Amino acid sequence: MSKPYLNPGLPTPVATELDQPYWDGLRAGKLMLQRCRACQRFQWGPEWICHRCLSFDYDYVEVPASGRIYSHQRVWHPVHPALKTQGPYVIVLVELPQADNVRLVGNLLGDPQQPLVIGAEVEGVFEQHADAEPPFALLQWRLA
Amino acid sequence: MSTRSLRGRTAVVGLGETTYYKRGQSPDAEMKLALQAIVRACEDAGISPREIDGFASFSNDRNDPSQLAAALGCKELKFSNMQWGGGGGGGSAAIGNAAAAVATGIADCVVVFRALAQGQFGRFGQGATSSTISGNFAHTVPYGLMSPAQMFAMKVNRFMHDHGVKQEAFRAIALACYHHAQSNPRAVMYGRPLDEATYDASRWITEPFHLYDCCLENDGAAAMILVSAERARDFPHPPCYVLASVGGSHYRAGAPVHNVPDYATSTFKTVAPRLWQMAGLKPDDVDVLQSYENFTGGVLMSIVEHGFVTPEECNDFFQFDNLVAPDGDLPLNTSGGNLAECYMHGLGLNIEAVRQIRGTSTAQVPRAEVSMVISGPMVTPVSSSIFGAEATL
Repeated sequence: MSKPYLNPGLPTPVATELDQPYWDGLRAGKLMLQRCRACQRFQWGPEWICHRCLSFDYDYVEVPASGRIYSHQRVWHPVHPALKTQGPYVIVLVELPQADNVRLVGNLLGDPQQPLVIGAEVEGVFEQHADAEPPFALLQWRLA
Repeated sequence: MSTRSLRGRTAVVGLGETTYYKRGQSPDAEMKLALQAIVRACEDAGISPREIDGFASFSNDRNDPSQLAAALGCKELKFSNMQWGGGGGGGSAAIGNAAAAVATGIADCVVVFRALAQGQFGRFGQGATSSTISGNFAHTVPYGLMSPAQMFAMKVNRFMHDHGVKQEAFRAIALACYHHAQSNPRAVMYGRPLDEATYDASRWITEPFHLYDCCLENDGAAAMILVSAERARDFPHPPCYVLASVGGSHYRAGAPVHNVPDYATSTFKTVAPRLWQMAGLKPDDVDVLQSYENFTGGVLMSIVEHGFVTPEECNDFFQFDNLVAPDGDLPLNTSGGNLAECYMHGLGLNIEAVRQIRGTSTAQVPRAEVSMVISGPMVTPVSSSIFGAEATL
């Protein structure tokens, strides 16, 4: 397994009733996002109700892990002890055209000082943290 | 003018502040700071704290009005109000809430207050310290997105991208704030001027924010007292009338995990038109502006969304000379603001706005009669308010 993008020691994500299928999906190498059963539209982050049609009946549906950079930031100042020796790292906000343009937060893999371009096409990389307690996976991105 | 308006119905008659400290350096507990600021505001208004019958605050202030009223021996508590929402978004709305209570007879003498002692309670600008995380934050924190600067940087980057805004526009805002702090002995950055070269050489916090684009973190407290316009002339200082105060946010501004449809905004697009409507004023009428700097990019976007300038004019408009008292077109953050005076979650900006009407600012704008405050850009809800001298009624 390749090394995770960020140093170990950040808080471990733990699923809730609302987002359990998402986290289970990442562990299995799939991107599962919330979609309303009534109007068939995606929304993210997960909500108890569809903000469009107000149905409480939602499902999780697999979505291709590909999108484009909506915005970005290169972080320099560490605000968590685990990141003190990290150096700069890149956070991207990725919109998914194949899921009603919902957006996901992730890291952009590669040189942390690479040029950052809004609109650039990216594809997902499932980053497994199998040894964590509890085990989890993150969805990272690289330029397509 | 609709009768459903706050315009001119209440006035600020008392201001109080503690000494402003670097974060964690207050010798006093947070509640003591709150009490000190309130007592000073009462002294400034020439009233006994026992006359206060209402309390309004914001940003989850930890000092409970019932305890404050008990400690101060207030005769009766009639209004106990908290504006929901974090950051400084409630700084103007808390004043609006107080004004609404006074204007409608719910209470007669309301104090708006904010107190912070981060040594006692922990810092804002640090990340999560727990070993696990759930809910919306689980979708950001494991990617290293956890501080306020990180929560807003992507809004500002997108705005810069969409409108061609340059870093120099943010630098001008920072320089103006530091410039004004040099004439304000209360300012934490008094005696510590900032120049272009120092700004340019300062480290990145997260792009596009240099160190000097980010607010301070401080300990202290501030308070202001509102009464009805009918009573306002009976106090020692010239009344400073509330001409408008509004708050809120646009459609799904609170959508989780950075999914608000209109993302690259300071959250004022739907708020600002209501402000101008209530005040019966337009941007040209404003003599002096205090605009909450959590980060300079939010100041720029706020000023755009209140209609002072178009996005495409920003690089020309945001020039140092244009933003400083007494002669700039739009004197900005004349006490030094959150960048260089003190970060009291923006209540200090409101106090400075009142000082401009009283004519007692350390960077006074001549004949200031319309004095405006923008509170808490990029969070939800945000708020803004306009104060006016007697002549504006």
